[in-house]
Amino acid sequence: MTPTELESVYEALATTIDQVGESKTELFLAKLTLLLAERVGDTPTVLRSIRDSARSL
Amino acid sequence: MRPAGRGETDSLYFDYPCFDAPEKARGATLSEPTPVAIVGAGPVGMTAALALAREGIRSVLFDNKSTFNDGSRAICVARESFYILERLGAVAPFVEKALGWTTGRSFYRGQQILEFNMPDGPSEKFRPMYNIQQQYIELYLWQAVSDSDLIETRWQSEVIGVRNTSDGAILTIRDTNGTYTIAADWLLAADGARSPVRGMLGRRLAGENHEGRYVIADVQMNHDYPTIRRALFDPACRPGGTVLIHRQPDNIWRIDYQLTENEDADEATREDVVRRNVEAVLSEIGHDGPWELEWWSIYSANTLALDDYRDGRVFFIGDSAHIVPIFGVRGLNNGLADAQNIAWKLGWVMRGKAGTDLLDSYSPERRGATLDVFENATKSARFMTPPSHGWRVMRDAALSLALDHDFAGKLANPRQMTPYTYGESPVVCPDDPAFENGPEPGKVIPEARLQQGYLSDHLGPGFNVICFGADLAQELEDRLAAEDDIRVLSLPARSEAAHVFGAARTAAYLVRPDRHVAARWHQARATSVITAYRKATCNNGAEA
Repeated sequence: MTPTELESVYEALATTIDQVGESKTELFLAKLTLLLAERVGDTPTVLRSIRDSARSL
Repeated sequence: MRPAGRGETDSLYFDYPCFDAPEKARGATLSEPTPVAIVGAGPVGMTAALALAREGIRSVLFDNKSTFNDGSRAICVARESFYILERLGAVAPFVEKALGWTTGRSFYRGQQILEFNMPDGPSEKFRPMYNIQQQYIELYLWQAVSDSDLIETRWQSEVIGVRNTSDGAILTIRDTNGTYTIAADWLLAADGARSPVRGMLGRRLAGENHEGRYVIADVQMNHDYPTIRRALFDPACRPGGTVLIHRQPDNIWRIDYQLTENEDADEATREDVVRRNVEAVLSEIGHDGPWELEWWSIYSANTLALDDYRDGRVFFIGDSAHIVPIFGVRGLNNGLADAQNIAWKLGWVMRGKAGTDLLDSYSPERRGATLDVFENATKSARFMTPPSHGWRVMRDAALSLALDHDFAGKLANPRQMTPYTYGESPVVCPDDPAFENGPEPGKVIPEARLQQGYLSDHLGPGFNVICFGADLAQELEDRLAAEDDIRVLSLPARSEAAHVFGAARTAAYLVRPDRHVAARWHQARATSVITAYRKATCNNGAEA
């Protein structure tokens, strides 16, 4: 993934979080994670990503 | 509970019998010792009595009520339970009355997100699940119990005292005529979730209470929908809650709906409130016609069990030993399996066909089954009624995702249970690793078509050895002793059974009376089979 590609994902997430609104942000992100996990299909990577994301909050 | 003006057993569709207490004139004979006393004449107690009678063992059933259970309560009877009933010679009225089903549908906000089908097909004698009211279950079992010369039932007879002795149990009974004591060699406590026997012996259930309370209501109505279990998540009629809908015989429909945290249990079970809530559910599923309220109750999900299902001469069976959430439909079904498990073992020990150590396998086998239910039911309960913020967020995410993506709907699968594998049992042999498929030791044998019927039609009443070659069968016939209660079945090496058992011509399966596999061999020898039979019946010390 190039820096430009990553940036486009970052922007899409930011604008979609604004679109769904604060009350639905949590649900949206949880759905996104499940859907990505299924599409990635690599359970260890997904579980490691969950642990990594829970750090330094 | 019933609508105002109707008594506890004043049903729209079922005539409750009324059973008298034992006559006073027989008082003297009431104290005569009995081989087995069974406390509780519900489905589990009656199944145990029938299963003991099948082994030739007499029993006395005690129940403090004068009739059957007041409401329909347990309604889902699994395939495996039909085999238990068949073995008791009691399955015919169940097959006639019950509604078989294979399919479940889950909906999220009115839209279907999942349809699941439980395994079924032409090789199966029974459907994976049947719906039938508990009153009918008790009535049909009662018909078999009252036909048996080996079972005496004492209604309106409350057990008010119980103690273990070195070679039996002493019960104190109170009926309408007075109080007496009776000695039993063995006692089966089938007296339900609040088991007085358990309390009197100082035993306590341990475990967890889950979040979520449900009102369960039965209504009678003409409603056009097949026998398919429906689960409604976050429906308009119960925002944020879950609703389950089951069809039963006699136009009776079971509606289970979850209460929110703010709903008070006393208020939620008031008739007008139940009517209003049921009306909202019916309106959501498109029923606008008339309906009648039959019965309702309230329920909360618990996973509680005894640490040991045996206390001296007392065995706990059914709800007295374990309380499981409804979602896996294993309360009644596991109770029936408990009854079958202890009854054949006790029968075999009492008739001298098995060593007394066999009885010590009851608790590990059946408690293992309960813990397995707990694990699955806990997952189901977490989905049905999320216990915390995190579980709720993910549950809602899965449901929401499932509207457009089938994979997420699978997270809503209610995990209808398959029979438990007695893998850790002291009387089940280790597996033969040469098998690539087929049921491993501890599992229930699969069904297969055989001649004009099914494999299960050919099983003998005791142990069975299923062989796939005539030579082994003949050798076994020659070497088995006359007193061995074991039937040798020789099946064609090229048959549906050989296929589902993953068996070649040299293979053999040793199958217990409860249809669980005790041992199997890819290259069987008669001596190994006989040794395994001795182990499975705890006759290790006996001469072969």
